Amino acid sequence: MLAYIVRRLLYAIPILIGVNLITFALFFVVNSPDDMARMQLGVKRVTPEAIEKWKVERGYDKPLLWNAQAGGAARATETIFFQKSAKMFAFDFGRADDGRDIAREITTRMMPSLAVAIPVFVLGLFSAVSFALLLVYFRASYLDFAGVVLCVAMMSVSGLFYIIGGQWLVSKIWHLVPISGYAGGLDAAKFIILPVVISVIGGIGSSTRWYRTLFLEEVSKDYVRTARAKGLSERAVLFGHVLRNALIPILTGVVVLIPLLFMGSLLIESFFGIPGLGSYTIDAINAQDFAVVRAMVFIGSLLYIVGLLLTDISYTLVDPRVRLQ
Amino acid sequence: MSLLTVRDLSVAIGQARPVDGVSFDIALGETFALLGESGCGKSMTALALMRLLPDAARIGGGQVAFGGRSLAELPESEMRSLRGGGMAMIFQEPGTSLNPVMTVGRQIRESIDLHGGKLGAVELLDAVGIPDAPRRANEYPFQLSGGMKQRAMIAMALAGAPKLLIADEPTTALDVTIQAQVLDLLRELQRERRMAMLLISHDLGVVSRMSDHVGVMYAGQLVEVAPRDRFFGAAAHPYSRALFAALPDSSRRDGELASIPGSVPPLTAIFSGCRFADRCAEVRPACREAPPPWRELGDGAGAQHMVRCIRVGELPMAAPMAAAEKSALAARREGAAALLQVSDLQVHFPIRRGVLQRVVGQVRAVDGVSLELQAGRTLALVGESGCGKTTAGKAILHLQPPTGGSVRLDGRQLGGLAPRAMQMVFQDPYGSLNPRLRVGEIIAEGMRALAIGGDHSRRIAGLLGQVGLAADMAGRYPHEFSGGQRQRVAIARALAVDPRLLVLDEPTSALDVSVQAQILNLLRELQGRLGLGYLFITHNIAVVDFLAHEVAVMYLGRIVERGRAEEVLRAPRHPYTQALLSAVPRVEQDGEMRGVERVVLQGDMPSPANPPAGCHFHPRCALAVAACRSAYPDETRLTATHAVRCHLAD
Amino acid sequence: MKVVILWSDALLFLLLALVFIGGWWSRRQAHLRDAWRKVGASATAMAATTVLATFLLVGVLDSLHYRERLPDVGGVPAGSTNYSNEVLSALDAVLSPLRTRSEKTYSAPLATYLFAKESLDAGGGGRDFPRLRHGGAHLGAQLDGHGGDIAMRVLKGLGLGVALWLPLWFFARRKKLMRSGIHGDGAGDTAGPAVGAVLVTALVLLLIAGVVVALAQGYHVLGTDKVGQDVLYLTLKSIRTGLLIGTLTTLIMLPAAVLLGMLAGYVGGWVDDAIQYLYTVLNSIPGVLLIAAAVLMMQVIIDTHPEWFASSAERADARLLALCLILGVTSWTGLARLLRGETLKLREMDYVQAAQAFGVGRLAIMLRHILPNLMHIVLIALVMDFSGLVLAEAVLSYVGIGVDPNTISFGTMINAARMELAREPMVWWSLAAAFAFMFALVLAANLLADAVRDAFDPRNAG
Repeated sequence: MLAYIVRRLLYAIPILIGVNLITFALFFVVNSPDDMARMQLGVKRVTPEAIEKWKVERGYDKPLLWNAQAGGAARATETIFFQKSAKMFAFDFGRADDGRDIAREITTRMMPSLAVAIPVFVLGLFSAVSFALLLVYFRASYLDFAGVVLCVAMMSVSGLFYIIGGQWLVSKIWHLVPISGYAGGLDAAKFIILPVVISVIGGIGSSTRWYRTLFLEEVSKDYVRTARAKGLSERAVLFGHVLRNALIPILTGVVVLIPLLFMGSLLIESFFGIPGLGSYTIDAINAQDFAVVRAMVFIGSLLYIVGLLLTDISYTLVDPRVRLQ
Repeated sequence: MSLLTVRDLSVAIGQARPVDGVSFDIALGETFALLGESGCGKSMTALALMRLLPDAARIGGGQVAFGGRSLAELPESEMRSLRGGGMAMIFQEPGTSLNPVMTVGRQIRESIDLHGGKLGAVELLDAVGIPDAPRRANEYPFQLSGGMKQRAMIAMALAGAPKLLIADEPTTALDVTIQAQVLDLLRELQRERRMAMLLISHDLGVVSRMSDHVGVMYAGQLVEVAPRDRFFGAAAHPYSRALFAALPDSSRRDGELASIPGSVPPLTAIFSGCRFADRCAEVRPACREAPPPWRELGDGAGAQHMVRCIRVGELPMAAPMAAAEKSALAARREGAAALLQVSDLQVHFPIRRGVLQRVVGQVRAVDGVSLELQAGRTLALVGESGCGKTTAGKAILHLQPPTGGSVRLDGRQLGGLAPRAMQMVFQDPYGSLNPRLRVGEIIAEGMRALAIGGDHSRRIAGLLGQVGLAADMAGRYPHEFSGGQRQRVAIARALAVDPRLLVLDEPTSALDVSVQAQILNLLRELQGRLGLGYLFITHNIAVVDFLAHEVAVMYLGRIVERGRAEEVLRAPRHPYTQALLSAVPRVEQDGEMRGVERVVLQGDMPSPANPPAGCHFHPRCALAVAACRSAYPDETRLTATHAVRCHLAD
Repeated sequence: MKVVILWSDALLFLLLALVFIGGWWSRRQAHLRDAWRKVGASATAMAATTVLATFLLVGVLDSLHYRERLPDVGGVPAGSTNYSNEVLSALDAVLSPLRTRSEKTYSAPLATYLFAKESLDAGGGGRDFPRLRHGGAHLGAQLDGHGGDIAMRVLKGLGLGVALWLPLWFFARRKKLMRSGIHGDGAGDTAGPAVGAVLVTALVLLLIAGVVVALAQGYHVLGTDKVGQDVLYLTLKSIRTGLLIGTLTTLIMLPAAVLLGMLAGYVGGWVDDAIQYLYTVLNSIPGVLLIAAAVLMMQVIIDTHPEWFASSAERADARLLALCLILGVTSWTGLARLLRGETLKLREMDYVQAAQAFGVGRLAIMLRHILPNLMHIVLIALVMDFSGLVLAEAVLSYVGIGVDPNTISFGTMINAARMELAREPMVWWSLAAAFAFMFALVLAANLLADAVRDAFDPRNAG
């Protein structure tokens, strides 16, 4: 089993290199730094000097892959690829357009993101699994039918509607919590509660329906019939047998998301003015700050790969069939 | 005084009645067997007794009394304490019937806790003959072999000390040697605990071995109920008789099996008269007019023999044997050139481990198999699941590239596929036909691929006729056909390219016995007409006895005994062959044979990844001596044709 | 008039042609016909199909583009005609009153006054709500009749709706009678509830349409937006964008996903390794960020090459297609993985082995035995993805990485409207209209997708 994990860990390296190459190609090969400078400075009134200045400020004036003018190791290091892409492996992301250090910014913005994302994750999972169990307990009844209809309807509503509607109703009409903003420490609670509730409601329709399908599939299996033939009550069958089996795909399916919680949610954070990584990303996209976007792509991929690794490990922990073989 | 009384039980699924008016009684210490082909409503009857019917089905009428209490009126809570406590059930598929993520011990303890059983989980596992029970109790189902899983299921069923044990095809998914173990266990437990048992089976042999009373089910109804000895001595219903006549064995070698035309009607069918009328050889117009009433065939000894057939008095009492139509069996021609010569065939799969996935060992699925087959003859490759017989068959065709050895066809060495000369017919008639293609396209595939000229549609029509299907069926899709018809299509597909040799991989094991007879007859007829060589891969000894000229017995990737059919089957010399043959439950006309000593193998087949040293069979062999543990025996020639690999043979 | 065929129009019509060919072909395939019949027998599915068909009609009308001929002006040499720079669609022509009758700025649904006070030019200055140029103009200065006029129009509209629906009802009745005449009693009954559902849905849609048409002739039914454009017009125009993103994205990614998924599963070995590597890499980049990066880069390309596009419509169209492409590239991985898994299972099927025993080549096996048995997964993925993509468009446009800001879409509507949420009283109608239409579209798509999945998933067979 250890060998298996080591192998997965080694496999992560070429993946990360692949991601790095793709981002590099996307940001520096598809468009030359000159094109980017021209767009950022405005296509009309741009002089070659302004472009040159813009490039020097950001370190985009070097050759892409190979610096023939430099000597020794600098031939490879004094290039855009090495400075901008390869250094990311050392978590050196350079500076944003406003001059701040991106790595520092990321570490300070992680906490607000997590403050929202973790409750959303835990509550969302718990409530969706509970509702799905409820529907399965009453399967093939009107309650089940109504529940499924409600899930489909909730899935069909745009996420923006939940946010805008929720802000309008709770903050503007009822004045229960501030409409947006953030504070450190315990004060954070009043800012966090609405975004968390809205996120959970927004996601509950599709996940409940998905979990219900998983449970139903499990309910129709032979071992459930065996459990009933033992004389177990329907509730004991559901909690003692079905849940244990269905939780394996559910848990291992969500494990991949756990590291990505660091990234926060783009929409929620920007609507509620939470200074996390999600709003950082969205601001960077709007300001066309390529350095930040590049850094976030790298971090996101890294976290996803960590998530894949955790998924593999979690399988070996939760499922005896994998653990003991 | 009967423990269970069932009267007029019906199950309804919408308009359909998969169980319709079933009545029987079971007394303590007695076994009642429900016998019938698949889709007859046997399992549904059992589930209705437990009130565990699937969501769509409900009990449509009738009474069930258990220990004097009427089950229909019991509230669900009391029914629950009865399930597992009063009556317990074991199922067909031990592989899927246990919760995969719970230890076996915990699953048994659940039952103990519910019903206040006196024995602990470990004691129960011990009682069902699981070695090293304390360790096994802490293991998960996937760590147990199929036979052990079924034993664990039985232990779980025993936990609540039930009075009635319902066993739904308890050994159908198991190998024949394991089946023998489990059946013995069930009989022993029943005798010890004086349990009543409801045994559901399609296998006449199992029923013959286990039952006290037999009820034959057809299309949702019981058609005949009789004490065991009377049933096996003088079955009266045409359907029961047809089941006997369809059984392949050596006594019918030279003739044709009686087969029942058509197949079991679907659940949704609506009947006006006798349900068997459409397939019955003895049908009269009156049969179709009204449902036949029960007829009592008393023998004066108080044993009730009931038959639901209006013509029962007119039929001759002896079981109708098919007119033994002597078909000229191709005699083995000494010195004739072999059609197929396989020597030292090997298929090894590497086992990879570690960070770098290095090869750390080999699974020797096929390990040095040599065979010889002449045209027009049948060689049966016999063995239990996992012995490598299917892999060997595929390797001969080069569908699975062999890692060693040679295959010669007509003396010429094969380096790859030889599609025109060798074809395969697969086990599962549902997986072997592409559901998206019409039957005509399926049959034409080989002709197209091999660029065989001529009028394809005429040829397809001819082939369909040859396998007993109508020519206009070429335009239909596979899902419109029954299992037996699909297998006919698969045979037609193989024949389309004029092969000389067919590899038949368990072609009848997914079929009901009456349909199996149709296919076996067809295969024999085709062989006689076309002079085909058959490599018949099977675990079913009765089929071998009926069809094969030569037999090779495989154990853990190697052939342990081979020879002419009568040599291997009548005078087996390898202890494994002997055990295999004696494990097959046979239909015995009377009860005498029941007490006869049998060789029952202990334990399970080891993994081919890690076979025992020396003779692979020695850990399970009662006769093993020191030599067996150290070296694999060489082949000993007993006659010109009979050879065995056993240290004790000479 | 000069017909203009934008790239997205061409692709949409190609898609429609494919759907028709597929439909015609599947009539002759027993298993497909049975599965479609199951869909056809489901009342919810058929109601959803009716709604979707209505949306599709609007979308198709909006995809017939042309440029208007300008009236001859002096100085232009005879023989040469000038065409307007503005690309219009058949829908624009139908809705030209809505399109042209714009107000100055916001006005509420069915209002006769602007939403904001302005200093009035005439008479004593002062600030008041000015009258609308078009909304309720027929009432003249007297506004007493406002409520009554609306009520009258609603009644008229309902009447119109019923009048349009009755022929439909008669037609369905006659067909039913004919069918029961042929098959005897109850044979046509399986289609009964579905036909009823279609009729009821059609009635509801026609009633709404009738009322809207009657009202729209005198008012802005859903109000006007910041620059005075009719919101009803905007929502109807948004439908095409939503449909295109929902369908073209999947269409674009489909060949790659099917090919790579099948190759990885069937060929195995290093091909499998390479394809798996490719999609793990693509998958590991968070979707939104990959889209953001790609859209930003595409924006640079479009901006630095203005000479590629003859009109602003073409530029917006190019950006729309590019967005579909980018969404496709980021989302094919899921389908490919699914198909790979299924192919691995199919590869071991006996009928594939039987074909191998005949020496049938790899390509032929993939085409004859694997691909047809994957199509149900592809179809299910196609319908399941649609609703997600429509919803994603709104979010992406909000984030600023969606369609061109000049393209009318649900996302751009919402984006423009949310700025005004803080106003007191609130400007709610743009948002409400966009959300309501989007909800109807996505709900219908989800319901149809469910029915299609149930009918085509072999696990549900029997």
